[in-house]
Amino acid sequence: MRAALLWLGIALVVLALAIAAIAYGAVPLSAHAVIDAIGGRGDAVTVAIVRTLRLPRAVLALLVGAGLGMAGAALQGALRNALAEPYLLGVSGGAAVGAVAAVALGASGPLMLPLASFAGAALAIGVALGVARASGGRADPRVLLMAGVIVGAFANAAIMVMLSNAPPNAVRNALWWMMGSVADAGWVTVAWLAVYVALGGALLLWLAREIDILSLGEESAAALGVDAARSSRSIFLIAALLSAATVAAAGLVGFVGLVVPHLVRSVGVRRHRALIAGAALMGAGLVVAADLVARLARPPAELPLGAVTALLGVPFFLVQLRRLS
Amino acid sequence: MIVFDRTVIRYPRARTAAVNEVSFAAPRGAVTAVVGPNGSGKSTLVRALLRLTPIAAGNIAIDGADLTHLDRRTVAQRVAVVAQRESLVFPLPVWEYVALGRHPHEGPWAAAPSRADSAIATALERAGIAELADRSTEELSGGEWQRVRIARALAQGGEAFVLDEPTTFLDIAHEMAMFELFARLAHDGMAVLLVSHQLNLVARFADTIVLLHRGRVAAAGTPADVIRASVLEDVYEWPLLITRDPAVGAPALLPLRNRGPRSPSQSP
Repeated sequence: MRAALLWLGIALVVLALAIAAIAYGAVPLSAHAVIDAIGGRGDAVTVAIVRTLRLPRAVLALLVGAGLGMAGAALQGALRNALAEPYLLGVSGGAAVGAVAAVALGASGPLMLPLASFAGAALAIGVALGVARASGGRADPRVLLMAGVIVGAFANAAIMVMLSNAPPNAVRNALWWMMGSVADAGWVTVAWLAVYVALGGALLLWLAREIDILSLGEESAAALGVDAARSSRSIFLIAALLSAATVAAAGLVGFVGLVVPHLVRSVGVRRHRALIAGAALMGAGLVVAADLVARLARPPAELPLGAVTALLGVPFFLVQLRRLS
Repeated sequence: MIVFDRTVIRYPRARTAAVNEVSFAAPRGAVTAVVGPNGSGKSTLVRALLRLTPIAAGNIAIDGADLTHLDRRTVAQRVAVVAQRESLVFPLPVWEYVALGRHPHEGPWAAAPSRADSAIATALERAGIAELADRSTEELSGGEWQRVRIARALAQGGEAFVLDEPTTFLDIAHEMAMFELFARLAHDGMAVLLVSHQLNLVARFADTIVLLHRGRVAAAGTPADVIRASVLEDVYEWPLLITRDPAVGAPALLPLRNRGPRSPSQSP
């Protein structure tokens, strides 16, 4: 009962943040006007601003946060690593390489773009895990993280190389990817990202109990009838899919997957089914809030969304790292 | 019943087999102990049973069925294994940890068992840790953690129970209580397979002892057959004195001092 009230409260906060994000802008609106405009009431200009510009932006931010939060929760549990998250593991970087390559080849449609990102993300997580295993085992969370950071650096370099003789327009596009942004949100992007987030989220919720078991370690998972190698492979792929879809839609938004699962655990959630669901909700709220901060900090300029989440995430990372050792 | 039949296990890139043509059975209603020096292949047998290491030749059978033909879940429903080491990155309340033992019996969408689930309460009770149920795993002492892990295996509710050095961190009273529990489980009809370094306790509690040496069975039989100076001194390469437990008549073993300024004591 207390837990239900707590989650209702958190959901209301997320909703309030989303309404605030829609209300704030060059033309400030009241919360009442926002709700009316979403329903199609009020003057035509306001309805147009809300429905075609601000609502898709807020929904995109909610979806990006939900996807990254769930991916982070799943990766931390399956890898037994409190520092794991898509950005630090190089998964998002790999996805960005895939996305930039797809755009360079002229394949930026709603099907090809996320799939190219996914291919890059899956390759990146495979390489990061392989490097970690070859250099002292996945058991040490710091080794895996170093491998991920190296994969991320390589991905950055690969993007630079691809851009070296690209037209200025493509460079601007790629920079946008590397900094993360929900500014160019449109309903098409929102629609396909919603499909990927719903699909990936449902698969993770389905496998959540296995993540509970995987977090005991390989031997105990085997003792409970779970094939740790196979099960964790599926979870990595789903987490890669979720992160890749968010990268294809909004670029690199780091540290959300790191911070959010710890926030959910801090309110007493332990089992991964609740943890993943809670991470979706809190992640959605965090990215909407971060986008609001990005717009409020130095108007009329907008800070890159990825920079805002990194400014929040890096100190958090250091605290977690300290706790680890 | 768990039967190892001429089982051979080889690690990749190793020159010799870690386990070489090992045959023995752990029947229901008995405590079967596997002993041997470090590196003799004891834990490799457990890893093979968990299918973390492939079997190169021979086989392992669970109640007559070849392990490799059984579904992992089915094996986990019948055989509960407590591996040598385990640590949690994200702490859990003890009862939730014990509840994970029910996993082989749950469907994918099943609600996780509640605090009141009878299998969990019974497991906590049998392992003697009912009072720890609401503690967090990060607050437990080494010995408490070991008993909590055994409770998880009890919650699994199988007919066979495999433990890899289960009493390493326990003091005398808790260690004895654990061995008494294993004997009781065997008495209740379970097959108990114990990997242990505690030769004296094994001599008192096991029905059959299998002594491994460099991956092979060096001796197997009743404690009286295996706990003999002539057998053990060769395997452990250390002088030993065998006496008798005055209460139950089981053989008891005393490693002797053979270095240092004083000559070895000859009386126990």
